[in-house]
Amino acid sequence: MSFPWAKHYQPTNPFMRWMDEKLPLPRFVYNAIGSGYPVPRNLNYWWNFGVLAGFCLVLQIITGVILAMHYAPNALVAFDSTEHIMRDVNWGWMMRYAHANGASAFFVVVYTHIFRGFLFSSYKAPREMIWLLGVVIFLLMMATAFMGYVLPWGQMSFWGAKVITGLFGAIPLVGEPLQVWLLGGFAPDNAALNRFFSLHFLLPFVIAGVVILHIWALHIPGSSNPTGVEVKTESDTVPFHPYYTAKDGFGLAVFLVIYAAFVFFMPNALGHPDNYIPANPLSTPAHIVPEWYFWPFYAILRAFTFDFFFIPAKLLGVLAMFAAILVWFFLPWLDTSPVRSARYRPLLRKFIWFGFVPCMAALFYLGGAPAEEPFVMFSQLAAAYYFAHFLIILPIVSMVEKTKPLPNSITEAVLSKHGDAPAAAE
Amino acid sequence: MVRLIGILVGLFFSGWLLVTLVVGFIAWASEPAVKTAEHEFHQHPKELSLASDGPFGHFDTQQLQRGYKVYKEVCSACHSLRHVAFRDLEQLGYSEAQVKAEAATWQVPGIDAVTGEANTRPGMPTDYFPKPFANDVAARAANNNAIPPDLSLMAKARHDGAAYVYSLLSGYQDQPAELLKEFPDAKTPDGLHYNPYFANLNLAMAPPLADGQVTFDDGAPNDLDAMSQDLAAFLVWTAEPTLAKRHQTGWPVVLFLIILSVLAYLAYRNVWRNEKH
Repeated sequence: MSFPWAKHYQPTNPFMRWMDEKLPLPRFVYNAIGSGYPVPRNLNYWWNFGVLAGFCLVLQIITGVILAMHYAPNALVAFDSTEHIMRDVNWGWMMRYAHANGASAFFVVVYTHIFRGFLFSSYKAPREMIWLLGVVIFLLMMATAFMGYVLPWGQMSFWGAKVITGLFGAIPLVGEPLQVWLLGGFAPDNAALNRFFSLHFLLPFVIAGVVILHIWALHIPGSSNPTGVEVKTESDTVPFHPYYTAKDGFGLAVFLVIYAAFVFFMPNALGHPDNYIPANPLSTPAHIVPEWYFWPFYAILRAFTFDFFFIPAKLLGVLAMFAAILVWFFLPWLDTSPVRSARYRPLLRKFIWFGFVPCMAALFYLGGAPAEEPFVMFSQLAAAYYFAHFLIILPIVSMVEKTKPLPNSITEAVLSKHGDAPAAAE
Repeated sequence: MVRLIGILVGLFFSGWLLVTLVVGFIAWASEPAVKTAEHEFHQHPKELSLASDGPFGHFDTQQLQRGYKVYKEVCSACHSLRHVAFRDLEQLGYSEAQVKAEAATWQVPGIDAVTGEANTRPGMPTDYFPKPFANDVAARAANNNAIPPDLSLMAKARHDGAAYVYSLLSGYQDQPAELLKEFPDAKTPDGLHYNPYFANLNLAMAPPLADGQVTFDDGAPNDLDAMSQDLAAFLVWTAEPTLAKRHQTGWPVVLFLIILSVLAYLAYRNVWRNEKH
């Protein structure tokens, strides 16, 4: 669907007319990310991160496919083949650093994109399906990133794989056989490395498929916007191209400056030194930590230290860790407020900036800290707030909050921001 | 219904975490923290400044040559360098002929062309640095049950990389009297050596370097501190021979992208000039 005032694709070039009759791919692109897609005119920089996430996916697929040409997924030589890429393959060091830091960049961008969703309640009707697909993409990204980190077969690769697959061992009755089945053995070895490589190659294309669904679902109601007021008239929108291609182009260029600075000047800043030690099943690292982007969930996992009657603490931690993400699936129904944007929800806004943001900052820090006091106590406090925020505070606040008056339209909001008198009702 | 179940689940997780927190806090506050010798006496690496530091970092080939000499004359007795080939030495400023001659001073595993039996032969530029021990068992047997780790990636495989290598090599000392007074059980066991920069303070490797041990052709200082720095610099190179090229490539890329950002910003302002937003 589109808005009635959306521009129509009218090719003038004879080749493009011929193409449009045979395979209307240019028309499809025109309607998806071209002039045929009307977008609210008031999108701010928070809205740049969807395009950046798409860029990161393409970047990871391209660098990943090239790395796979030189990498050997065999436990005996995987570590050495990674060093071969770093030393002997032309520009191999750049490809590997671009891919490793590309994963971090992808998560930075996606976490920002998700946070935009919290801040502007982008998950609310009529955009629930976009949100649900987005959470699916995030889960797939986590699986892909985890398996990718195993491939260099360093110490953290091996022990990270052991700890994470060990989580399945916490499931009652079927846990241990399930863990052995997943790994293809009692500990991570060649069988596990091979299947992780296979799936690490496959899943990005699954992600690409779900991204297409995500964007398809987006084009049905159209993009949300910072006021949370739906588009009403043509004056509320501008065509995606050239307006947002220009704005996204600027955002992309700034993103690339920061990304390139990491790749070329501090490529190992976000990694762990232990992963430059070859995997050794007989030597356990002092602190086993996953990559930084898993730290909040790792902190939640480790916050559970007591059995709850018959439920062991480990199982409780695993359940909580998965619940921490699964709860996002229910946000469209947990939040009942008729108003979307936190701009007009003063109480929710306070809880987000002074509750949720410090809580996430703490979880990010604590997940990378050693599992000892006082870090565990802070993790327990932060994790308690995390669940309370989504499951208790959000539903109650959305019911009792007195919201601020909404602007009548996007156009009115834009004009009043510029100090102009609101346009007369049209 | 969703909200009711959600609130119950939230109360369960948050509530149990808070119960755990309170119980844990009481236990933590009532029991004095156990102090360990590692916690009290472990030291962070000393400051080290190398030519390869920072975004403009490049290799000081003179220093790398000195570090290589320290590796060859001292470290290579026990530590391998398996990711580095003799051909790589050209990057230290040696000519092709010099590398060929240098490689020939090393004995690498070979096969007798007539009998097919294993033997050794002089190295060639294409060979990698040979391992000092035939296998891990031999390495353990000769080194007080500790396998000397490969040094190729050492500068990337430890926190603070080069500074750690430098501090460890120059940081051996007698066990402080205060340590023994506070922790009588923490006396360094026989056969191990006290070093405050090592994670558990006691290291199987005996102090490998002493003042004046290696003589440098360029007449550079060869006290313990200088040699440790040279070796640390050499290991930065072995860990990432492409480091200087990475920095050199990075600047044009980043400058290009900054200019691109400015142009993209101007294009964005130009496109939006008539649209309020």
